[in-house]
Amino acid sequence: MKIGLDIGSTTLKCAVFDENEKLIHSEYERHFSMIREKAVDMLERINNKFPGAKASLSISGSAGMGLAESAGINFVQEVYATKIAVDRFIPNTDVVIELGGEDAKIIFLDGALEVRMNGSCAGGTGAFIDQMASLLSVEATEMNELAKKAEKIYTVASRCGVFAKSDIQPLLNQGAKKTDISASIFAAVVNQTIAGLAQGRQIKGKIVYLGGPLTFFSQLRESFDKALDEKGIHPENSLYYVAMGASLMSDGEEVEITALTDKIKNAKIDAQYKSSDPLFESEAEFDEFRKRHELSTIEETADAKEVYLGIDAGSTTIKAIVIDENGAMLTSQYMSNHGNPVVHIKEFLEDFYKKYPDVKIRSSAVTGYGEEIIKNAFNVDFGIVETMAHFIAAKKFCPEVDFIIDIGGQDIKCFKIRNGVVDNIFLNEACSSGCGSFLQTFAGALGYSIEEFAKIGLFADKPVDLGSRCTVFMNSSVKQAQKDGATIENISAGLSSSVVKNALYKVIRASSADDLGKNIVVQGGTFHNDAVLRAFEKEIGRNVIRPAISGLMGAYGAALYAKSRNTKASTIITPDELKVFEHKATAITCKGCSNNCKLTVNTFNSGKKYISGNRCEKPITNTKSTDDSLNMFNFKRNLLDAYKPEKGTRGRIGIPMGLNMYEMLPFWHTFFTKLGFEVVTSPKSTHKLYRSGQHTIPSDTVCYPAKLVHGHIEALLNEDLDAIFYPCLGYNFDEGKSNNHYNCPVVAFYPEVIQANTPGLKNTKFIYNYIGIHRRKNLTPRAHKMMCDNFGKFTKSEVKKALDAAYDEYYKHLDRIEKEGDRLLAYAEKENKPVIILCGRPYHIDPEICHGIDTLVSSFGAVIVTEDAVSRKVEEFEVNVLNQWTYHSRLYLAAKYAGEHKNVNLIQLVSFGCGVDAVTTDEVRAILEAGNKIYTQIKIDEITNLGAVKIRLRSLFAALEQEAE
Amino acid sequence: MDYQINRIEYTKEMAKDYTILVPDMLDVHFMFIQKIMEQEGHRTVLLKNKGRSVIDAGLKYVHNDTCYPALIVIGQFIDALQSGEYDVNKVAVIITQTGGGCRASNYLHLLRKALAKAGFPQIPVISLNVAGLEKNSGFQLTLPVLIKAMAAVVYGDMLMLLRNQVRPYEINEGDAERKRKYWTEKLCEDFTHSKGLTRNEMRENLRQIVKSFAEIPMEKREKIKVGIVGEIFVKYSALANNDLEDFLHEQGCEVNVPGLLGFLTFYIGNKLEEIKIYGGNKVKEFVLEQVRVYLTGIEKIMIDAINEDGTFKAPMPFRKVRELVAPVISYGCDMGEGWLLTAEMIELAEHGYKNIVCAQPFGCLPNHIVGKGMIRKIRELHPDANIVPIDYDPGATKVNQENRIKLMLAVAKENM
Repeated sequence: MKIGLDIGSTTLKCAVFDENEKLIHSEYERHFSMIREKAVDMLERINNKFPGAKASLSISGSAGMGLAESAGINFVQEVYATKIAVDRFIPNTDVVIELGGEDAKIIFLDGALEVRMNGSCAGGTGAFIDQMASLLSVEATEMNELAKKAEKIYTVASRCGVFAKSDIQPLLNQGAKKTDISASIFAAVVNQTIAGLAQGRQIKGKIVYLGGPLTFFSQLRESFDKALDEKGIHPENSLYYVAMGASLMSDGEEVEITALTDKIKNAKIDAQYKSSDPLFESEAEFDEFRKRHELSTIEETADAKEVYLGIDAGSTTIKAIVIDENGAMLTSQYMSNHGNPVVHIKEFLEDFYKKYPDVKIRSSAVTGYGEEIIKNAFNVDFGIVETMAHFIAAKKFCPEVDFIIDIGGQDIKCFKIRNGVVDNIFLNEACSSGCGSFLQTFAGALGYSIEEFAKIGLFADKPVDLGSRCTVFMNSSVKQAQKDGATIENISAGLSSSVVKNALYKVIRASSADDLGKNIVVQGGTFHNDAVLRAFEKEIGRNVIRPAISGLMGAYGAALYAKSRNTKASTIITPDELKVFEHKATAITCKGCSNNCKLTVNTFNSGKKYISGNRCEKPITNTKSTDDSLNMFNFKRNLLDAYKPEKGTRGRIGIPMGLNMYEMLPFWHTFFTKLGFEVVTSPKSTHKLYRSGQHTIPSDTVCYPAKLVHGHIEALLNEDLDAIFYPCLGYNFDEGKSNNHYNCPVVAFYPEVIQANTPGLKNTKFIYNYIGIHRRKNLTPRAHKMMCDNFGKFTKSEVKKALDAAYDEYYKHLDRIEKEGDRLLAYAEKENKPVIILCGRPYHIDPEICHGIDTLVSSFGAVIVTEDAVSRKVEEFEVNVLNQWTYHSRLYLAAKYAGEHKNVNLIQLVSFGCGVDAVTTDEVRAILEAGNKIYTQIKIDEITNLGAVKIRLRSLFAALEQEAE
Repeated sequence: MDYQINRIEYTKEMAKDYTILVPDMLDVHFMFIQKIMEQEGHRTVLLKNKGRSVIDAGLKYVHNDTCYPALIVIGQFIDALQSGEYDVNKVAVIITQTGGGCRASNYLHLLRKALAKAGFPQIPVISLNVAGLEKNSGFQLTLPVLIKAMAAVVYGDMLMLLRNQVRPYEINEGDAERKRKYWTEKLCEDFTHSKGLTRNEMRENLRQIVKSFAEIPMEKREKIKVGIVGEIFVKYSALANNDLEDFLHEQGCEVNVPGLLGFLTFYIGNKLEEIKIYGGNKVKEFVLEQVRVYLTGIEKIMIDAINEDGTFKAPMPFRKVRELVAPVISYGCDMGEGWLLTAEMIELAEHGYKNIVCAQPFGCLPNHIVGKGMIRKIRELHPDANIVPIDYDPGATKVNQENRIKLMLAVAKENM
């Protein structure tokens, strides 16, 4: 007989065929990374079932490669194994979609064979669903049931698990229903698979669903059916196709099964991997460490009469603390929020009132992600931004504190303190969220509780060096370490170190301990973990202070803040009110403006209503609280909107409103209108528009603004046009303030990607000439040729006239922007309002790209100008990088302007995946810091977690206020 | 607060007793280049340090979202400087600066920033460029030096090509590698005596090289033919691509890695192309045209040497490669490896190397366009092209990369 073993990232499966290739046995189990032992067990069970049988064996699966190699057993690549099995058992299949623990694959069998696997960034399918289920505190199978009852689908980032997680968490915190979220998660998996893997090839015909998630979750299959508009096949044994394929490929000599198990048992495993020093050399060293940290405690009290309550409603946990007049702690609680913070705070308060019926709450404050909902639900007196809460708490333990690092469940927050003011804030980007919940997930996957898991790492002899990357990368690093024979102990210690390295090098971008500060306070739940704390001290080579209540610091800071505000009586919900407390959440879409925010309306029986998911005050107060006339994003959008189609005699030209068209439209619109064309621009960007072009995106790691272009092209294809015009501009205008004036490679040449990947363009003329707008004197003959090549006869002089008009209009456009900037700056100065230069690229004003962040900034009462409004006012100066891109040179100039002007600050918008901004961000930061300004960066992508953006903005404005005082 | 980092020029004075550190990209080519530099009176060291400490140093001192090659090159310098092997007050570092719209032109500045951050602000950074970017009085590229460098490139390409074509079929394991070593040493020795650099000497040497490789006992074996294209550093550097060539060799493949000469011709050609597309200086055009003609000339010497012997498969002439790509992408697309990367995929597919690894740093900007962006169109023309894009990154693991390559190989086997 033939045996196929499929060793996946989380499970082990086998398929056994007899000599007639009839499936006579199959089974699966989770392997908890004990691959060798479990494989031997499984083979032994086969041996027991078929005593004395002889067999040949093949191994497949992502975690099986190492074992197969070292045991000298035939290895079959898993996607290929699937193909073999499908060819045999489901002939005439067109497309196979297979989702595994961590991989997603699509196999196209009709016509040219093509196999696709997710790239290294697009992790998370089965494991992702599990992770999401635990986030919802349900079993994965339960999630399937919940999804059946869904009423609406939220947009959840489909690129990778980490992103999706940061979308779902705020939804949970805002009270969205688990049924809807469950369905949204499945929809996200479907989108990810199609967007990441189809790459322009259509999925149609006879489709087969394979692998664990598609076997177990009917709703996931439904989601695929719906998205593909096809009815896929869900075959018998859909879990075992890889194992079956491997089995069919076993053509070696048949031997006794015990001989096979011996091979596996005796396989030599090279215990060689990159390791670092142990966390602790000895018990004594550990004791010294423990004792040192035990000193940082706060007093406790048993009888207090008047108290202050602080609540920290974090992303995955809720912390509450009650202190007395002297700051001594009466009681505290640290609990998981199980996706619903309201219920748990209610329980906490009920317990508190029962236990301390005579204690009076003088004041209360809440901080964290869930601040607003908790404040509204329970009438908490104050809300306070997280950074401030942590700073207040840290000062209590170390008055000279100059650096605070907080690693929580989902965030890393660090801030520098200068002159008693929070000065520089670092928050992790959505991509590297590998923090506390990341350790927890790993512990869970390996079958440990987080506490046990941390403990076993303390004395590991050779901790694995896992580098500093996000969860998705880490999964495969751990897989590699296991293959190299690392023990669980060493993996545990290695993961703790990687959390630290991630924070230090990715988030803070520190190169030495001195970059941080002299008096460092660490806090957040993750530092409870001795292994992480030790790894941190070792990495920076300096001892730090970890308060005993390090997990409660946010709440403690809130409580101290409540105390400092000295109210007579708290507004907080009374025991009687609490008894009849009720909370209901409904989801609606706001129609107030083009942002179309997905709102969650929470109603409490007190009659109070709390709306979340909004960007502005409109849905709450039904009035506009932000003044659009003080928002330059708005002004620029209106400028572009004014370029309407004018009826022409020579035809209709379509222009996609993406990337540099956000600045070039005045130019091209004028050019073509003058030549007698009607210029039609593509409609406003929406997520739906993006989806319509998603299937033609070849590279899933390119920036979102580039991906959006595909949707704009699809939209233009629906118009009756004579041509679509989207030229390649290797060079931009030379503004005379940089060494060169390129466009970035993506902006420059994206039309090439469009022409090569859009099947719809076969029937429409697509003009994507290389045009040198920077060499005006050479342009006329070239533009003339382009027009004649495409549209017949034109005279040189009319083309020249049109070009002259185009240049003229372009410069006028820039002047309008500068003039508006002047108006806004003057206004701000007169009214003494803060100015924010919200800078990035011209196309960042697209609401679908900036996700209404401009409105959010406005809501803080700031006047918004853009980089191009001020860059012309600044003299060219030497920067420390090669200043060779026009758009980017404006950033340096704008940063310089902010540094030189009081009341002017800068926020940089950065598209996820923008390679050039890896160069500009550090430089803009350095220029701002030289001007004593705080640098704030906001990363934006397909979806942006506005909760995190809000915290960042609040921290910034809080710091600015503090500074002003 | 002081913000600007001072640029330290590499002066004539320094040239007397400084050592120049050279990063490692292409073993053989760079060894030749090093010899030429020494001949010019520069003391040089070709860095060989590798492993985790190099990458860690890179991660520590370079923005982590910067491309992997920058991270490795800068990491290698800093790791070397921190090793204590060099007198940090008597060394300079050298790095190429291509000067295109790709962010790779910024390596030099990122290196300078990283050096300052790591506590070596005194170390001069020499820009190796022909674009007239930064100049150093102590290190000048003269025409004779450039011509010598071209010879080094041709020899390097030839040895790489022959070794790759012999290695999978040699009867005595290690013959090809030994022969390569022999020639590398011999040519280095020749260089020291200013030999082997004229066109005639080159022609003769190349013939001898081909002949000596053809003499290696070989046998016919069925091998999967795999081509490697990609971002230039990741394509060539074993440190960056996790020993990709060796891995493929172990998997029973014959590997073809298109040479460096093509890239140089591409680079020069681009300047000409830009003048054609956008307009430009006639004098500049004339000079560039001479260089292009020269490069085409030495390419012909190389191809002729291979074809005269007849044992090995010569690369396609650049002109032909350039023609191949016309239906797929425009010549104006010139940042990074530009259209050449696309062209090399087509060349390989037409040349019998239908299985292709497209190696790129994670998030490489030009590769969104010329690599991943063009695969679909190439497959329209060559449905049997079996291309796998692989991302390289400090966090990407070998297991993942190898698994994807194995998938490509499984398909290749089925197609055989």
